[in-house]
Amino acid sequence: MSHDFPTDRRYTKDHEWARKDGKEILVGVSGFAVEQLGDITLVNLDVKVGDTVTEGKSFGTIESVKTLSDLFAPISGKITRVNADLDQQPELVNEDCYGKAWMIAIEPANPAEFEKLLSHDAYVTHVEASAH
Amino acid sequence: MNTHTETLRRTPLYAEHVKLGGRIVPFAGYEMPVQYKGITDEHVAVRTRAGMFDVSHMGELLLTGEHAGAVVDYLITSDASKLGDGQAMYTCGCNERGTILDDLLVYRYTATRWMVVCNASNHAKMSEHFRKACEGHCEFRDETFDTALLALQGPKAMDILAKLGGDGPDIAKLPSFGLRGAVLAGATTTVARTGYTGEDGVEIFMPNADAVKVWGAIMEAGKAFGIEPAGLGCRDTLRLEARLSLYGNDIDETTNPLEAGLGWIVKLDKASDFLGKAALQKIKEQGLPRKIVGFEMTGRGIARHGYPLLDMQGKPVGVCTSGSPSPTLGKSIGLGFLPADMTKIGTTFKVDCRGKAVDAVVVKVPFYKRAS
Repeated sequence: MSHDFPTDRRYTKDHEWARKDGKEILVGVSGFAVEQLGDITLVNLDVKVGDTVTEGKSFGTIESVKTLSDLFAPISGKITRVNADLDQQPELVNEDCYGKAWMIAIEPANPAEFEKLLSHDAYVTHVEASAH
Repeated sequence: MNTHTETLRRTPLYAEHVKLGGRIVPFAGYEMPVQYKGITDEHVAVRTRAGMFDVSHMGELLLTGEHAGAVVDYLITSDASKLGDGQAMYTCGCNERGTILDDLLVYRYTATRWMVVCNASNHAKMSEHFRKACEGHCEFRDETFDTALLALQGPKAMDILAKLGGDGPDIAKLPSFGLRGAVLAGATTTVARTGYTGEDGVEIFMPNADAVKVWGAIMEAGKAFGIEPAGLGCRDTLRLEARLSLYGNDIDETTNPLEAGLGWIVKLDKASDFLGKAALQKIKEQGLPRKIVGFEMTGRGIARHGYPLLDMQGKPVGVCTSGSPSPTLGKSIGLGFLPADMTKIGTTFKVDCRGKAVDAVVVKVPFYKRAS
């Protein structure tokens, strides 16, 4: 099992990624999460533009053939964009989890929160530990 | 992660699964492959080509002797006297309350030699159940831990067996639910034209020591036909499309076969008495307040085992017993209990998907039937 996690972003212990894009933080799920879930069949984003999300609280669910997982906001803030493509094309998560399958964009309430997320190296260590 | 206090068993094919990249999960006391390439790929392989499953975790109970057939007949709801030599049937065993102890396959080798295959999750219970019933009547042997079971399923299954040589080419002559002895890959096996996927195929019983050899030979012969190793994940989606019950999901000791859509295996008029008969007769006379239906999600959501089913006013009236996206149909499907007056095809209702009421409709089952 080898992983190539992008180094241009930070991660959570629940396997979401967060990437700075101007003033926004884009959020998606990591390749490790996708591998664990298998074929993604449904992405439910329970938030709309203007909603506020709280760090560690669910903003939706992702479902594969066999299981359902919660999606947790890596940071608190206001939703500025939601990826509507995932509604009809949940398979984008399998195809391009770091790019086309970004899920939400957040305008952070406290920009320092982003810096507290796991670095690439810390995330690699976390994944290696949880794979055992 | 779960912690397991009891040691999990491995089938003789465990090392093969690991070699093939199988993701191993604990299942019914065994370490079993849930998937290799992915559930959808494996599902499609079985529907269009062939898939090979290791189902060695299932239980094999052997009953021999003059009265073996009578003991089997007493413990099942269908009529064992209808079986000829070399025939198998799907049935279930009930308790005295008429609820389901396990669903079973019963194989009659001869009038004095019978095999019962039970679910791994019910193995200890069923082994004890049959052992007790045999006391003083016939010989009983639990062969589960000595027996490997492979399921080769899919439209190319017969082509693959033909290429395998030995008795393989003759298996195509075996009727549906027929069984016979067969030498495959040099091993002495029992082959039955049965399965749990809705496709043509066979289930092959053999001693543990031959499992790796037979598995390897079939995988090799199947290469040219696009065979894939198939895990428990796609076994579940395949059986659901074919509307085959899963013990622990759709049926258990709180459900009776009549309400579970298994009335066709309950023979209240068979000549001999059977365990649960009186209770089932009473249940039938009183009428069924609820029944299992098949449904499709018309709204956006996936029904899962245990989700409440709601009437159109939002009142909980039933429960989903199985649910999954259907790779063949491209829809989300499920089975569940609804009140008898809501079971007509076309009836609309809602599924409570973790607080979200999602529209669904009762549809005809099976969801998928292969072209014959």
